[in-house]
Amino acid sequence: MHLEEVPQDKKKFKDGENAPKKVLYVTHADGSYVQTNSAGWEAENVALEQAWEEIDHQLAQEKLNFEKGVSSPIAYYMTKNRMDIGILAAYVNKWQWQVKRHIKPSVFTNLSEKMLQKYAEVFNISIEQLKKPE
Amino acid sequence: MIIPFEHKPQAHCESGVTSNLLRFYGLPISEPLAFGIGSGLFFAHLPFVKINGVPGTAYRIYPGQIFKNVCKRLEVTAKSETFSSVEKGMQRLKENIQQGIPTGCQVSVFYLPFLPEVFRFHFNAHNLVIHGEENNIFHVSDPVMDDKCIIAYDDLAKARFAKGTPEPKGRMYYITKVPDTLDLPMAIKLGIKQTCFFMKSPPLPWFGVNAIKFLSKQIQKYPEKLEPRKATLYLGNLIRMQEEIGTGGAGFRFLYAAFLQEAASITQNQNLGELSQTLTAIGDQWRNFAYHTARLCKARTSDVVGYKELSKQLYSIYESEKAFYNQLAKVY
Repeated sequence: MHLEEVPQDKKKFKDGENAPKKVLYVTHADGSYVQTNSAGWEAENVALEQAWEEIDHQLAQEKLNFEKGVSSPIAYYMTKNRMDIGILAAYVNKWQWQVKRHIKPSVFTNLSEKMLQKYAEVFNISIEQLKKPE
Repeated sequence: MIIPFEHKPQAHCESGVTSNLLRFYGLPISEPLAFGIGSGLFFAHLPFVKINGVPGTAYRIYPGQIFKNVCKRLEVTAKSETFSSVEKGMQRLKENIQQGIPTGCQVSVFYLPFLPEVFRFHFNAHNLVIHGEENNIFHVSDPVMDDKCIIAYDDLAKARFAKGTPEPKGRMYYITKVPDTLDLPMAIKLGIKQTCFFMKSPPLPWFGVNAIKFLSKQIQKYPEKLEPRKATLYLGNLIRMQEEIGTGGAGFRFLYAAFLQEAASITQNQNLGELSQTLTAIGDQWRNFAYHTARLCKARTSDVVGYKELSKQLYSIYESEKAFYNQLAKVY
């Protein structure tokens, strides 16, 4: 990539406007390398924005699932924190099948205070918030 | 105590941290040199390792290797520690700072409050330097940031002891002794040889140049195998690994080309200079690939022709890279 071609496409979603400038190695016309800055590139912005849209889409889905009584708030907060079952299981120090069980509303209502506390800490919220996603 | 550490923004976290740490000890190793000597360049596509439901793709060697390789090849003595307890890990870091040793840490980006939310995912292989601490506020030099930052004890503890893959386990690393003289030509040679070996020889289809061919075949199957939504997510992840913050663009190819150019002038070997230009052209091919991939992502269709076209582009990148590493291997 030549120095004159360096894109300066800001991210216009979430707080992407605050993104630090990215260091790039680009070439002068004679092929010699120089370090420069870029505010971003349309192609990478498309990909990142799409990843966020997927999270927002899933989050809306999980909220609906909770309201319908299909799943416990754990699924909602897991998505909100950009986690999957594997990551969440590692954080609460449980097997994946145990976390999957906790996502069932019937199992969730019987979880011990200690277990709830563990989830609340991982999601950085209170137990009340955990039980009632806003 | 706050150590007077010079912060320099860099393209990639680990080679950036390595370069910044070495410069602190008076060794003028640029980021491209650190990346090349540390054999940072790689390619891997692992369809069976799913990260948030998407197959893992890497354009670089696994975390920790660059710093380790650079130190070994420049005969710099360094230490790396991991911890089973958070308190111990944080205590050891504080002790290092008190002794005036700027210390590299492997962290998860998810728990770094100074980064914009938009970048904060559970990516556990980020690197930064801690160069000060006062009343449990730590001073940070993060190569992807424009300036130095600060981070509170609790946030840093969470970031260093994040769970998932790879688990940092509080890994911290620092330089203990630097040599009086550097044998740069030798270090460059060793770095290049290992990169050629890693790119050319793995007999498995998931690593090295073969993985580029493998991915080009996989992409063709996306529109049949996956629903459109999933298929575009798979594609989007390829771009993100290739272009997002910390890559320097084009999946590190430009960074390595910059290394080859610097290496050419250090070793007075014109072949390396020519190969730098070849790799620059390959980097442009990668960017072209990202551009077309993004267009397909935006269209959100299972446009079979579009996927076939991407697959073809990737196959031609495979051919270019294969030829490139064959030539590079001949230099030494």
